[in-house]
Amino acid sequence: MKVTVHFFARARDLAGRETVSYEVASNTTVQELRRQLEILHPALAGILPRCALAVNNGFVKDAASIPPDAEIAVLPPVSGGVR
Amino acid sequence: MIQLTREVIDIARLTDCVRRSDCGAVVIFLGTVRDFTDGKITVALDYDAYPAMAEKKMAEIEQETRRLWPIGDMIMVHRLGHLEVGKTSVAVAISCPHRGQAFEACQYAIDRLKELVPIWKKENWADGTTEWVHPELEKK
Repeated sequence: MKVTVHFFARARDLAGRETVSYEVASNTTVQELRRQLEILHPALAGILPRCALAVNNGFVKDAASIPPDAEIAVLPPVSGGVR
Repeated sequence: MIQLTREVIDIARLTDCVRRSDCGAVVIFLGTVRDFTDGKITVALDYDAYPAMAEKKMAEIEQETRRLWPIGDMIMVHRLGHLEVGKTSVAVAISCPHRGQAFEACQYAIDRLKELVPIWKKENWADGTTEWVHPELEKK
């Protein structure tokens, strides 16, 4: 099945691209995709464990299966700021 | 109401949008681009968002805020793109019957926005270098 991955902020700079489509096995989980992204983009290895992965605009558990044609977003931590 | 924009945030218009005859208080928070962070001089910030999710999260924050305080009306606007020092990057305008409620609700809304909404900023330092701001990534 196909998934589309969008990278943001520092993850985009490190991946060197905004959007990539991948062919992955059916029922691939978020956790498995995370590992595959680390292998495909070694530059991301340092930050990927601390990025959130959103699936179709929502947060899901790492054990969740990704539906076909999902839109995945790699979201580094937001700046938050000092209150 | 929530909005992401690449245009200048019009404060007077926001104020008028939330004014209501049954509300005696309007509180507005403006986030502006600061010139000095961690001992370094900033000339500008670039804001980037994941728009679909940012709008969804902002709408959820509006709903939460409306559940917790007697809001007359509220608007949250975040500007994206390249903003120089002093420019307004984010605004929250809220009307309530009384000022205490309006202050509390406005603080709650901006704090939640900063915590939850996928919007990032990149420092443009005075020495010409740039750096995405991800404080959680710098922690060991």
